[in-house]
Amino acid sequence: MHKELTNEQVLKIIKANGNSKERLLSILLEIQKASGHNSVDEAWAKIVAQELHLPLTKVYNVLTFYAMFSTKHRGKYVIEICKSTPCKVTKSDEIVQMFEEELGINISETTPDNLFTLMHTGCVGACDIGPVAKIGERIYGNLTKEKISNIVSLYRKGDTNGINQAANF
Amino acid sequence: MALTKQLISKNCGKIKPESIDGYIQSGGYEGLKKALTMQPKEIIAEVKAAKLLGRGGAAYPVGAKWEHLLEIPHSPKFIVCNADEGEPGTFKDKILLSQDPLRVIEGMTIAAHVFGSHDAYIYIRGEYLAIQKVFQQAIDNAIAEGYLGNRILGTDFTFNIHITSGAGAYVCGENSALLNSIEGKPGYPRIKPPHLAEVGLFSMPTLVNNVESFATIPTIVLDGGNQYANYGTADSGGTKLICLSGLVVNQGVYEIPFGITLRDIIYNPEIGGGIANGKKLKFFHLGGQSGPCGIPEQLDTPYCYAALRSAGLSVGSGAVVILDESVCVVDYLKGVTEFFIHESCGKCTPCREGNQKVYAILCKLSDGTATTQDFKLLKRLITTMTAASFCGLGQSATIALATCLKHFSAEIEDHLHKKCPAGVCFQEQERAAI
Ligand SMILES: Cc1cc2nc3c(=O)[nH]c(=O)nc-3n(C[C@H](O)[C@H](O)[C@H](O)COP(=O)(O)O)c2cc1C
Ligand code: SF4
Ligand code: FES
Repeated sequence: MHKELTNEQVLKIIKANGNSKERLLSILLEIQKASGHNSVDEAWAKIVAQELHLPLTKVYNVLTFYAMFSTKHRGKYVIEICKSTPCKVTKSDEIVQMFEEELGINISETTPDNLFTLMHTGCVGACDIGPVAKIGERIYGNLTKEKISNIVSLYRKGDTNGINQAANF
Repeated sequence: MALTKQLISKNCGKIKPESIDGYIQSGGYEGLKKALTMQPKEIIAEVKAAKLLGRGGAAYPVGAKWEHLLEIPHSPKFIVCNADEGEPGTFKDKILLSQDPLRVIEGMTIAAHVFGSHDAYIYIRGEYLAIQKVFQQAIDNAIAEGYLGNRILGTDFTFNIHITSGAGAYVCGENSALLNSIEGKPGYPRIKPPHLAEVGLFSMPTLVNNVESFATIPTIVLDGGNQYANYGTADSGGTKLICLSGLVVNQGVYEIPFGITLRDIIYNPEIGGGIANGKKLKFFHLGGQSGPCGIPEQLDTPYCYAALRSAGLSVGSGAVVILDESVCVVDYLKGVTEFFIHESCGKCTPCREGNQKVYAILCKLSDGTATTQDFKLLKRLITTMTAASFCGLGQSATIALATCLKHFSAEIEDHLHKKCPAGVCFQEQERAAI
């Protein structure tokens, strides 16, 4: 499975950002991205607190305030379905169901192979191509059942070219 | 005659976004060159003449904001660009950031010249991670070509732009919460006063403007404020990027001059092109989730700040969401309220608890258990939340609800009698009864 981030790699991320307090969000976002499980472990949060000379509670304040952070392990790919009203009226509920069937899990769950987590999100700024799913940095719009099967299989295969081609941007 | 205009959006989709050459060839950086020959007061006079109202949603006059900050004696002054774009239904800043980032950079650089600033922060929402990279590339190219960084265009003016990423919190679009977030803290709004012009980022005087507001500055400086203002109406200068989404034929971003009607926006083939799937318009939601809803009877209202305001509507962020007859108002409002429950930062009670209570009543309406008592409570919640919430989020969370109660009171009251005219609610109960 995925390789765990080492303490040295965490320190490297901090070093590249500089250890000023205003870099806290960026550092945590990078750590989460590199984690392989889309979350920030306590051990890493402790290192960040130490290096930025912050109490651990301040780091947790940030980790719990912002929706993009998770302190619980998630799948390698987090699939987020927009449920804000412009997407709701273009039937995002049906898209959630299709993903649930395709992945064999319910919303808010992770597949047993730790590859996918399915979640809701607010508007991701792609309302003109609703219904929309965001997977990592990529946005997939005008979703249909066929498109969803295709996208999921591309991610299962780890076909980066296909993943990029299928994305709207 | 064409209804749309191409002032701010003229490069979008037409040039290589991060390329200085492409930008220069299409007239880029002429505004900055002219600005560097002008005094700060002269530039502000043009911005005032342009009647530019803040494009982030609150419509505060940009010229007046700049004038106030100029008078503040302390320095350094920081420039902050609000690229949090969290209002659902809004995706126009994204177009500028990803397709013409140098226009935003040029606008920020002109502002820095006005205020003698050396540093700016652009706070780009975390959902636009891919766009952050394009924007950084544009910054790097501008530095390499002498348009940014040390000794800009051979003068002794030095100015840098730093990108800060959001991490998924709508409230961070509120300008004081935004500054807290840039400082690496949770994005709770600050108590005001002190005004951000006095005590802003790192406690220094700070200018916060929206992406589209900054993108407009080069055009205003180059063409003159009066010429820009003339595209619009008496109160609303220039053009606006609007975002069409929902159940409309042509979804997307359009640049329109202020003053064309809502009917033009929704039905003209050049813009909305009418309602999708041959259905009938039921209502439209303007300015984001925090904006008001309007009905077909209001279609002849000109799209500008004053006329919309007198009709109980507003420009807000520029979002225009189209809803047809298949949409149930109660069900729609549930969606709106869920958003605010999720995005409330929890700092104050009226917003944190109020949105939950509103949602609970809407759920009771949609499952047929609401009473007239609940209905009255709904109205009281609107008054309380609007008056007593700490920041704009809670204060405006019930605007859509309040306007729908006005326009659709019969449909909402029908739900007290287990009737849903759009046929969305009570479906399961009906099926169970068969
Ligand atoms: C809850 C809330 C969210 C906001 N979100 C945004 C946003 O995403 N982008 C934005 O430019 N302004 C947003 N605003 C408005 C800003 O507070 C501020 O008015 C704006 O950035 C000022 O720039 P402007 O005058 O150029 O519009 C928001 C306000 C509130 C209360
Ligand atoms: S109104 Fe809502 S978002 Fe604003 S401070 Fe209060 S709880 Fe937070
Ligand atoms: S409402 Fe779904 S992307 Fe904006």
